[in-house]
Amino acid sequence: MTTTALKEPVRETSPGAARAPRRRPGRIRRLSLPYLLLLPALLLELLVHLVPMAIGIVMSFKELTQFYIRDWGTAPWSGLDNYRVSVDFDAPVGKALLQSFGVTVGFTLLSVALCWLIGTAAAVFMQDTFRGRGLLRALFLVPYALPVYTAVITWVFMFQHDNGLVNHVLHDQLHLTGEPSFWLIGDNSFYALLTVSVWKGWPFAFLIVTAGLQNIPRELYEAAALDGAGTWQQIRRITLPSLRPVNQVLVLVLFLWTFNDFNTPFVLFGRAAPEAADLISVHIYQASFVTWNFGTGSAMSVLLLLFLLVVTGGYLLLTSRGRRTSDA
Amino acid sequence: MRSIRAAAVGAVTLSLALAATACGGGTSTGGSDDSPKTLTYWASNQGASVAVDKKVLQPELDKFEKQTGIKVKLEVVPWSDLLNRILTATTSGQGPDVLNIGNTWSASLQATGALLPWDQQNFAKIGGRDRFVEAALGSTGVQGKDPAAVPLYSMAYALYYNKKIFADAGISKPPATWDELIADGRKIKARGKSVLGAEGANLSENIHHVFVFAKQHGADFFAADGKPDFTSPKVVEAVKSYVDLMAKDKVIPPGDAEYAQNQSVSDFAKGKQAMLLWQSAAANLKSQGMSEDAYGIAPVPVRSGTPGQGSQVNSMVAGINIAVFKNTHNLDGARKFVKFMTSDAEQKILNTAYSTVPPVASAQQDPAFGAPDTAVLKNTLATSAAALPQVPSESQFETTVGTAVKELFADAAAGRAVTTDSVKAKLEKAQQQMPAA
Repeated sequence: MTTTALKEPVRETSPGAARAPRRRPGRIRRLSLPYLLLLPALLLELLVHLVPMAIGIVMSFKELTQFYIRDWGTAPWSGLDNYRVSVDFDAPVGKALLQSFGVTVGFTLLSVALCWLIGTAAAVFMQDTFRGRGLLRALFLVPYALPVYTAVITWVFMFQHDNGLVNHVLHDQLHLTGEPSFWLIGDNSFYALLTVSVWKGWPFAFLIVTAGLQNIPRELYEAAALDGAGTWQQIRRITLPSLRPVNQVLVLVLFLWTFNDFNTPFVLFGRAAPEAADLISVHIYQASFVTWNFGTGSAMSVLLLLFLLVVTGGYLLLTSRGRRTSDA
Repeated sequence: MRSIRAAAVGAVTLSLALAATACGGGTSTGGSDDSPKTLTYWASNQGASVAVDKKVLQPELDKFEKQTGIKVKLEVVPWSDLLNRILTATTSGQGPDVLNIGNTWSASLQATGALLPWDQQNFAKIGGRDRFVEAALGSTGVQGKDPAAVPLYSMAYALYYNKKIFADAGISKPPATWDELIADGRKIKARGKSVLGAEGANLSENIHHVFVFAKQHGADFFAADGKPDFTSPKVVEAVKSYVDLMAKDKVIPPGDAEYAQNQSVSDFAKGKQAMLLWQSAAANLKSQGMSEDAYGIAPVPVRSGTPGQGSQVNSMVAGINIAVFKNTHNLDGARKFVKFMTSDAEQKILNTAYSTVPPVASAQQDPAFGAPDTAVLKNTLATSAAALPQVPSESQFETTVGTAVKELFADAAAGRAVTTDSVKAKLEKAQQQMPAA
């Protein structure tokens, strides 16, 4: 690097005679240069994202079971069979997928709503300067900064039936439950999963909303205060409308992350999640890896991809249109 | 200008390099002898930890290197990852040369074609098929096909009991039947201890136990033609009677329903629980600080009479097999390594370290395996153990039925009734999830 930098000025003074005839190719070169520079990124994108996706889609049309995984080429084409099995809601596989889908939708809606609510509330409370604000902000971000596995395995210990902290507090100290409850198996597992997910997700909402709040001019609040608006009215009339573009992205990102979350349920429940907390990502993992049927697993993934595409597209369309009309 | 040109050249080079790596995936099939001086070996986690395994195995690998000049790269893979790692290696063709597998996976992995079949010729290179005990060979693949692997360590289930808790409760000898165990349980509970441990959320443990219960009820999970048959009245009854140990007989504490990380072994080692059904637990208990005099070991109970074959079976044939990956680059070295690991001398050293039983007949005769602990296991293996079904869909069976039992335990723990109908419904669902083949 240093040598080229040193040589550069020397080259600059070399005779300009050679420049004139090269003008035309030089222009082409200048025009093509951006594309050339983009090429590595494009190829990497292909390699890392698009090729695996394409292979996944191809796999979904194959009967890729344990008998063929050693040599994919020999796996017979199965047409739409994998999809038919996945969406046949009268048969066990389809019924289980539908049930898992329902659980995931309910879980995601609740988790995103709670993350957003807690994150926004905390950000608004932290807006005014007070002693210890920096410390509290840093503390709030801890769950987000912890490695997922470490954080979730700690929750596993806390949720244990016999020695867990949760039962110790709820049952032994507060006497809220007649019997110690099970959190990692059975129906309560849904609430255990929701708790961990919200605990892990709200700091991100807090972070983004805090950043968004910095862009709202203080004069607006001062003017509103002069006009006699209370705190609640200020939040409703100034803060929330100003945060709209931030929220649009925040809610979408939270939704996609929560819907696709694999780590949290997998670390909490292992490879066979209880029915009440059978999120779709773990369900697909089990359908493909544990039963060694990668074709059906891929078909389910493709269906999930389509669903998320539709939801994302619809969401962006709706929210953008809403914004345009309100702006007009 | 100069730096722009450099950037452009760099961009093109990087693109080409990327394209080249993308195309150049290895597609080698079949074994070869390309690298005769090295081997990669995936060992399963047999000791109390991965570190213990390395300490046990490394000196032996050094011995092998001295004898043959072949350097063995060791990786100890935890059980939670092993099957996934093998599947990934199978799919990509990039794997170890030699590996350990749980013997119940033999038929499933055999179906993928990823493992070297042990035909007459291959067996001849490691000293012949008849060096191995017949019971252990029964868990090496589908019957009538060349085995996909060779037995390495054998294990069996036994009943471990805490001598002090038994004495305090006034129980003079370990229970030989389930009814005795339940009766003893009442006395033990009266002393404030829990009776029997189980790993209710561990799918494999669940399978091992319901398999034995099914045998004792004269039932099988697979019909003779290899098709799953999970819902026959006898299978339902067998599964129900296992879950009833928690639901009805109350000998397994409800908290065990969520155990999956050997917590029941810890409970036993800490003296909180009187009994444990486990395979070759001695080394594990020792590492948790329980002295050998503190516990006794007896055969797993049966419904009535004494352990034997048929409905008197009281353990699965548990164990580890060693296999050669078909894509190995050192086929000859791999076979030499298997020969080394199954030699009498190594069998004695390794099986002693892991408190397992050698599947090699001549090594089994060694006095080192005559201690009462090993004697019970050896006797069980020889007379009253049965191999899990050797069918290609065995690993799916472990997952689906194991999950069904886990859910039944969850019901029992939550105080919900476990009935013949609820058991049958779960098993029906498990059967429908099995591959159609």
